[in-house]
Amino acid sequence: MIGIVSYGGYIPLRRLSRMQVVQQMAWYNSLLYSLMTGERSVANWDEDAITMAVAAAVDALQNVEQKSIDAVYAASTSFPFDDRQNAAVIAEALNCRNNVRTVDMAGSLKAGVSAVVAALDAVESDSANKVMVTAGERRFTRAASTLELMYGDGAAALVVGRENVIAECIGSYSYHEDFVDHYRGADKRFDYQWEERFIRDEGFGRIIPTAIKLFCDNYHTDINEFACVIYPCPFAREHAGIAKKIKSAHVYTNLHDGVGDTGVAHPLVMLCHALDSAKPGDKILVVGFGQGCEIVAFKVTDAIESFKRPRGITRSIANKKDIPYPKYLKFRELINADTSIRAEAVPNTSLTALWRHRKMLNGFVGYKCKACGTPQFPPYPICVNPACNKSGAMDDYVFSDKMGTVLMYTGDMLAASVEPPALYGLVEFDGGGRTLLDFTDCELEKLNVGTKVAMSFRIHRQDSMRGFTGYFWKAVPIME
Amino acid sequence: MATGIKDKVAIIGMGCTKFGERWDADANALMVEAYNEAIADAGIEPGEIQAAWVATCFDEINVGKSALAASIALRLPNIAVTRVENFCASGTEAFRGAVYAVASGAYDIVLAIGCEKLKDIGYGGLPEFSQALGILNGLWFPNVTAPGCFAMLAGGYAAKYGLKMEDVKRAMAHISVKSHANGALNPKAHLQRPVTEEQVLQSPMIAYPLGLFDCCGVSDGAACAIVCSVDVAKAMKKKDFVTVKALQISVSNGEEMAFSNWDGAHVVNTEKAAIRAYAEAGIKNPREELSLLEVHDCFSITELVTMEDLHISERGKAIDDVMDGFFDSTGKIPCQIDGGLKCFGHPIGASGLRMVYEIYLQLHGRADKRQLKNPDIGLTQNLGGFPMMNVISVAIVGRYT
Repeated sequence: MIGIVSYGGYIPLRRLSRMQVVQQMAWYNSLLYSLMTGERSVANWDEDAITMAVAAAVDALQNVEQKSIDAVYAASTSFPFDDRQNAAVIAEALNCRNNVRTVDMAGSLKAGVSAVVAALDAVESDSANKVMVTAGERRFTRAASTLELMYGDGAAALVVGRENVIAECIGSYSYHEDFVDHYRGADKRFDYQWEERFIRDEGFGRIIPTAIKLFCDNYHTDINEFACVIYPCPFAREHAGIAKKIKSAHVYTNLHDGVGDTGVAHPLVMLCHALDSAKPGDKILVVGFGQGCEIVAFKVTDAIESFKRPRGITRSIANKKDIPYPKYLKFRELINADTSIRAEAVPNTSLTALWRHRKMLNGFVGYKCKACGTPQFPPYPICVNPACNKSGAMDDYVFSDKMGTVLMYTGDMLAASVEPPALYGLVEFDGGGRTLLDFTDCELEKLNVGTKVAMSFRIHRQDSMRGFTGYFWKAVPIME
Repeated sequence: MATGIKDKVAIIGMGCTKFGERWDADANALMVEAYNEAIADAGIEPGEIQAAWVATCFDEINVGKSALAASIALRLPNIAVTRVENFCASGTEAFRGAVYAVASGAYDIVLAIGCEKLKDIGYGGLPEFSQALGILNGLWFPNVTAPGCFAMLAGGYAAKYGLKMEDVKRAMAHISVKSHANGALNPKAHLQRPVTEEQVLQSPMIAYPLGLFDCCGVSDGAACAIVCSVDVAKAMKKKDFVTVKALQISVSNGEEMAFSNWDGAHVVNTEKAAIRAYAEAGIKNPREELSLLEVHDCFSITELVTMEDLHISERGKAIDDVMDGFFDSTGKIPCQIDGGLKCFGHPIGASGLRMVYEIYLQLHGRADKRQLKNPDIGLTQNLGGFPMMNVISVAIVGRYT
């Protein structure tokens, strides 16, 4: 049996109320009135397609040992790097083996589902036993555009394999057509979108039903066999219209109200959301849309009942905090806010040092002394324990999966920060070791000596002059 | 067998510029200002100086690297000049180099000079120093500032002793009020205005829980010392001169930040350097024996915690001593009688020597309105870096008896 063996999801903490944007910007664009309900998810300033993919993958790895992963297929249209493999960064952040196959899948919003199909093919052909598929998206939109209100940020991850399958693959189908509802040319920051009526009528409204019919015909099945039909379509009326066209009463919510359309990730975000409450025997159809459709279908197995549920999309949606519109604009650099002279000096990133210390920087790997057992970070050759100080007897020790406790902290108004005050402090890890870390997704008022924290892979510094994004791990207070 | 530095080296001349926003003066001018005072004070000719140690920290923004700037500015006669840098302990490091050079017998008369020209950068606070910890740290370290790191010490201290932050804040405010009152009497201080406890407590937040008035100023300045052996001082017919009783440096090895044995409520190396300095100087009970303190009050919380690390106050009890006025100008051991970093600001390379300068003036009875009654021995302490990773210097100087 081949199918999904684990899954995880991640929706960032912040939510932008659409009504707030309407109230402030509808004077400028009256089309916004049509999108005034609900809220969209917003990635923190230190999150992007890579970091959110890592968060979703970490969630999925609760049920799978990371060293058993044979390949990482990462999908996004908003990867931070055009050249430097994004999947390789993700694989290192996950501390995967170094002989994993890493592949970026990009270029179309259907690439997330395509990555799942490719992963299923790899397992079926025995070229991999387990494949981690990630899909993460943080798209830039112009201020006061309808896209700003329709899009959301988020990520999903699936592990595809043969053992302990919770949702068996029961078919896939590809339908290709160079339909361009929007595009983003090389070097462009924003999507260029065509007329909505055209996109609805000739795009979503025709292509998705066509592809689903072709799938059903191919497998001699009926759409009503599916307890859950997932397709992305950010236009509410058209989303419902498609359900009528395909005659299904089980079309799954497009999560417009609480999340927005997460692009490449969206079909998988919806799938992971559906899996959170799926029952054995449920059949799920997943459609990716973009220059045609990529379709994959699953049947949920009995194994899901004993499957340890991840944090997933459902709980991730529930964990939320409003973001004021001006702060959102600053996070996305849509306003040209003043910066202090202090923030001007941005040194380049030494790629030599980054390479030499890649396990430490990407995977948060420190040392554990073979002689005295002391976990320590950063990794230095001589043991930090004064009672030991043994030289050169270290095992790698991963800190990224450890919880910690805040020992000291501050909220620093002087430090250059996208969101002052800069929060950082000394964190003591469960199991030993301590280090100085940034805090993120929290406020000064929520921090205390003794606050419990978990680690999260985040943007450490953004070098816009040279186009480089540097990553490291930060501490996030545990809310639940 | 090492015998320590006690009473081997005399300070025969010192100089110190007016500290402040010296828009008028570059680093060269500042060094010359301090140097001319010291030369006149020592009563020597510049040609008698045989070697020099110069301290600057943010070298790239003022005098560049190497000892050239000092040698050129002071037109030193092609002697050995060495530049030292050890964060905020830099000034004391220059002093230590000069003192050790004399003690070794290699030279008769040596100059130590520290200088920093911070106010040429265009923004407040210390210059951005994310690169100062090396390339690798730049790839993962939080974007820390000095107030942020010392602010953490306040929280750590309050947590360790179960104190309410408002009580810690009040003691911190008392420290700032006390230092401002002292600085108001010192014409060389940058800030010469007294402040009230209310002003301190209501000042805008810089890094929680430190407000603006918990932070020392940032300023330009230079200070300098001329040292020689005790025999040379006697040969020069110097009377009632001041000698070095102890000089200690203690440097973190990474334990505080990476090993689970530090409480976050004290500064490990201050205590280590102090214990060694007291042993070197033959001080058994610093609370009874020391006449005055010039410590590294970069932030009010630093001064508070330092009183415990120097074994003046018992652990967890510095607040009581502070509130009792123990460190006030009228207290048992006045601390920062010149106004401290709080009022002088902190031109990094100069601060250590500026502290020695004040004790030197006090011991000679030349401290004018702020003169203490018969001081015998004083201690200076610098904290370079952060509470969790630092370079500490402690110097003790006193009357030669």
